[in-house]
Amino acid sequence: MSVRFLPAGDLAVLVEFEEEISVEVNRRVRALEFLIDEKGLPGVVEAVPAFRSLLVYYDPLAAGYEALCASIAELVPEAETAVLPPARRVEVPCCYDDPELGFELAAAAERLGLSAGELVRLHSEADHLVYFIGFAPGQPYIAGMPKELTIPRLATPRTKTPAGSVGIGGTQSCIYSVESPGGFWVLGRTPLRLYDPGARDPVLLRPGDGLRFRRIDRREYERIAAEVLARTYRPVIG
Amino acid sequence: MIGILEPGALTTVQDLGRFRQLRYGIPPSGPVDRYAFVLANRLVGNPDGAAALECTLIGPRLEAHAPCAIAVAGADMPVSLNGHEAPGWATLVLKPGDVVKLGAARSGVRGYLAFSGGIDVPVVMGSRSTYLRGGLGGLEGRALRKGDRVRLCAAPLPRPWRVARHAVPVYEGERTIRVVLGPQADRFTEKGIATLLGSPYEMLPQSDRMGARLRGEPIAHSRGHDILSDGIAPGSIQVPGDGQPIVLLTDRQSTGGYTKVGTVCSFDIGRLGQMRPGQSLRFRAVGVGEAHQLLRDAEAALGSDLRENIA
Repeated sequence: MSVRFLPAGDLAVLVEFEEEISVEVNRRVRALEFLIDEKGLPGVVEAVPAFRSLLVYYDPLAAGYEALCASIAELVPEAETAVLPPARRVEVPCCYDDPELGFELAAAAERLGLSAGELVRLHSEADHLVYFIGFAPGQPYIAGMPKELTIPRLATPRTKTPAGSVGIGGTQSCIYSVESPGGFWVLGRTPLRLYDPGARDPVLLRPGDGLRFRRIDRREYERIAAEVLARTYRPVIG
Repeated sequence: MIGILEPGALTTVQDLGRFRQLRYGIPPSGPVDRYAFVLANRLVGNPDGAAALECTLIGPRLEAHAPCAIAVAGADMPVSLNGHEAPGWATLVLKPGDVVKLGAARSGVRGYLAFSGGIDVPVVMGSRSTYLRGGLGGLEGRALRKGDRVRLCAAPLPRPWRVARHAVPVYEGERTIRVVLGPQADRFTEKGIATLLGSPYEMLPQSDRMGARLRGEPIAHSRGHDILSDGIAPGSIQVPGDGQPIVLLTDRQSTGGYTKVGTVCSFDIGRLGQMRPGQSLRFRAVGVGEAHQLLRDAEAALGSDLRENIA
């Protein structure tokens, strides 16, 4: 396995693995991030994992570019086999069964040639994985959808998607952490807040988290939403 | 305590930024022009990272409720103290009841107003900086409003300082902005790179703390403008399908899926952030090693820019 080092200005270097979206390549990215952190490489400030790359921020007054790349390169073989710390498992309650919340469930099912019930069953029974967090505060890029649910993104993106919307697009799922435009088919909504600037810990999910979507009805959705608002709800994290 | 009589166009609390949160999608925030911000703090005897105000285009009017020292640096905003003209880039001592006003910037965009002791707002995720889009940090996650009261951390009054005349930046005229090519320079044609480095680009009014939007000769891609999303470094020059560059600044998204032709050097991001709509720039490529040498020079110069202000 080889990586490419690409300068991203004078404060960061991009470490690139194979050009593909896969759990395997992404696992190496997260393993490299873990190893850099564990070894405490001199000069490293922070790192941002993505599908197949790690952007490493460094302090050039503490570490030169060549030396930093060389010490990262030494960790790459180890990233191949490194055992990551056990992932957290986060339960995401999701109300699929209300057309107001899952407003594209019926259309997505039709497009996929499945019944709505079958689509919900496949989505909620799968083991999902957070590849990385990005684009918006606390927003996860999620792998693990069964192949039958692969679907092209919306031809015309929505201008507004409510926060908490759970959608599918391509081979991925998504949970909108803040209200934003979007191109995923919205199947349902979670009452959890993935980003809550007033909370003690504003961001719920982390890169590498395992996710399960638990099917809830509208009544339970409203109950959890009220508890989330009152900050009394404790997400189920194993 | 400081009372805000008029907030100005867009005034936020910033410190040097929020670190180690990009992996959760939280940008660093902090001042767009770090150079002017640090000098403002040093003029009032603060550590470089004390929280101060970033004032955009039109500054605030405020009243001191206790003795303190202030300093204004960055954009050339006329400073008045109780209605009389007062100098920028120098320590000013305020008594209770003194009223300070920062007017409309004559050049530059972002002025920095530091207070001895620094602004005392809660530290959120390791920083006092305001992240406006995320409603995080600063004063309730928002810009200042009329009637706000801002607390200061206790500190003794500093000795008066001023910034040496040669170190006060000139913000007017065409700028040269140094860039390191990449990380996706190979996704552009040779002609595209030549365009980036050979033609002027104009600052657009849609620019903000997230990104500076530029307009000029379109930069040609070699194989599409989409990539697998990856991390976005400060100063990244993102080029979407229309070929028009966007330079990502301190409130940028943590990751994105557009090609990045180059990255503005950290020491030139503040100079770019002080450019007004309609002003133009030219990019010049430097290698990483040269960029690091220029950064060391800039840091060293910053240390020698203050003079004791003996009237």
